[in-house]
Amino acid sequence: MRTETAKITDNRKIAADTWKMVLKTSLAAETGCGQFVQVQVPGYFLRRPISVCRVLDGEHLVLIYKVVGDGTARMAEMQVGESLDLFGPLGHGFPVEDRNVLLIGGGVGVPPLLETAARHIQAGHHVTAILGFNDAESIILEQQFRQLGCDVYVATMDGSYGTKGTVMDAIRKNDIQEEYVLSCGPLPMLKAVSSAFQKGYVSLEARMACGMGACMGCVVKDQEGESLRVCKDGPVFAIGKVVL
Amino acid sequence: MDLSVKLPGLDLKNPVIPASGCAGYGRELAELYDLSRLGGIAIKSATPKERFGNPTPRIAETPMGMLNAIGLQNHGVDYIIENELPFLAKYDTCVLANVAGAAEEDYIEVIEKMNDEPVISAFELNISCPNVKHGGIGLGTDPELAAHITRLAKAAAKKPVYVKLTPNVTSIVDIAKAVEAAGADGLVMINTLLGMRIDLKSGRPVLANNTGGLSGPAIKPVAVRAVWQCAQAVSIPIIGVGGIARAEDVLEFLLAGADAVEVGAMNFVDPYICVKIIDDLERVLNKYGYTSVRDVIERRKLK
Repeated sequence: MRTETAKITDNRKIAADTWKMVLKTSLAAETGCGQFVQVQVPGYFLRRPISVCRVLDGEHLVLIYKVVGDGTARMAEMQVGESLDLFGPLGHGFPVEDRNVLLIGGGVGVPPLLETAARHIQAGHHVTAILGFNDAESIILEQQFRQLGCDVYVATMDGSYGTKGTVMDAIRKNDIQEEYVLSCGPLPMLKAVSSAFQKGYVSLEARMACGMGACMGCVVKDQEGESLRVCKDGPVFAIGKVVL
Repeated sequence: MDLSVKLPGLDLKNPVIPASGCAGYGRELAELYDLSRLGGIAIKSATPKERFGNPTPRIAETPMGMLNAIGLQNHGVDYIIENELPFLAKYDTCVLANVAGAAEEDYIEVIEKMNDEPVISAFELNISCPNVKHGGIGLGTDPELAAHITRLAKAAAKKPVYVKLTPNVTSIVDIAKAVEAAGADGLVMINTLLGMRIDLKSGRPVLANNTGGLSGPAIKPVAVRAVWQCAQAVSIPIIGVGGIARAEDVLEFLLAGADAVEVGAMNFVDPYICVKIIDDLERVLNKYGYTSVRDVIERRKLK
């Protein structure tokens, strides 16, 4: 992990309130799937932790972010050619084990699963991706997962696209039998995934300050009551390890 | 340029110290730079027993700063002595051990257990944490209670005792004078200012603890004022802390009356901030006509 000023090579809206930014940075070569970077947005104090969606050519990082407040709104205004200071790569990402995987993503939890899919496919494994969104306007990355060669199933809460309901509804409806899961998304989804599957990993989201394990701002508890830092010990944890 | 400065128990090669709670026990920063570059390091508070701290969210951003309500999370003094101090012993830097507790005897227990640890240069008595219900700030807002705990700590400690003061009082000078009279070897000021943010969507506080401590550049003028007022009222050295973000800020605190500084929240913004400040300090002192850190301390006008 280190800091580096990275040049923006793309920054565009790809779905409702959702933007994609591409940055040219040497941090890309060091970044694994499921890791994140801390982005210094001009004019804002704390960095924004954002998961890495894709590592391209070993020299570009793709970040997909939702505009939820003033800081991310400022990020969305930034132009190609401008620079952002990044701190990363941070955290423990998804392992790439020698097996086929079921990826389950919800909303802006979907992006880190794309690089995860790519690395599993590159290793010769079959990847099934279940992607859940609120509505058709919020869908992201479906085609990118398909282009990698994943079997892709989409669920929307309002039924405007794919299976109506949650990712768990899509898994039932399509009779998905995989039992090893890698998942990232909102807490209720991770809870449902953790009660339905025993094997695999979930990636958590948290408010952070330092992003490197020093400040204890983002702690969670494991089943034994020990504290774990989402930023440093996670954000990826084995299913069942953390009290969600 | 000679950046060194000498305070009781603290023979600092430069005046820059990461503040307690902002650098853990040094392990994370050590992945980024050599901790021996630092004047010192103020380690995360130690309490007698393990504390999980407050529920999350514990962090909220503010204009030019942040709120935190960590709640003195730590593994307890025994764990720290066994597992954290040996790591710090590898580095040539002064260690300030921040001591906290819920009651007087907690402070004494931590001090007595850490007394014979050679890696520790001095104690930093935390009577100013705004995020725990008992002790802490309760002791730091009353001159008599502050003096009392200082006396007990001094009687127990085999190393110099610095008292970390809260700005959440009517007169910080009264507290500073009281702890000086009680034997404190130095002051560290200021801890965070009590603050709050409310989420507009939910109508509820952003922090699970409702309130938290405000830090970052937003509080720097408050800290400079507090240091300046106390420097005129006491003769023990002051370590200035509050919103330091660049070498110019270090000079400002030195001119206000501090002999060294701690850098807090900016470590979260730029994890290299302490070494960047150290590297830039010579240029800034030169620019304003000073030949060393001690030169600033000798020539400053406090009135």
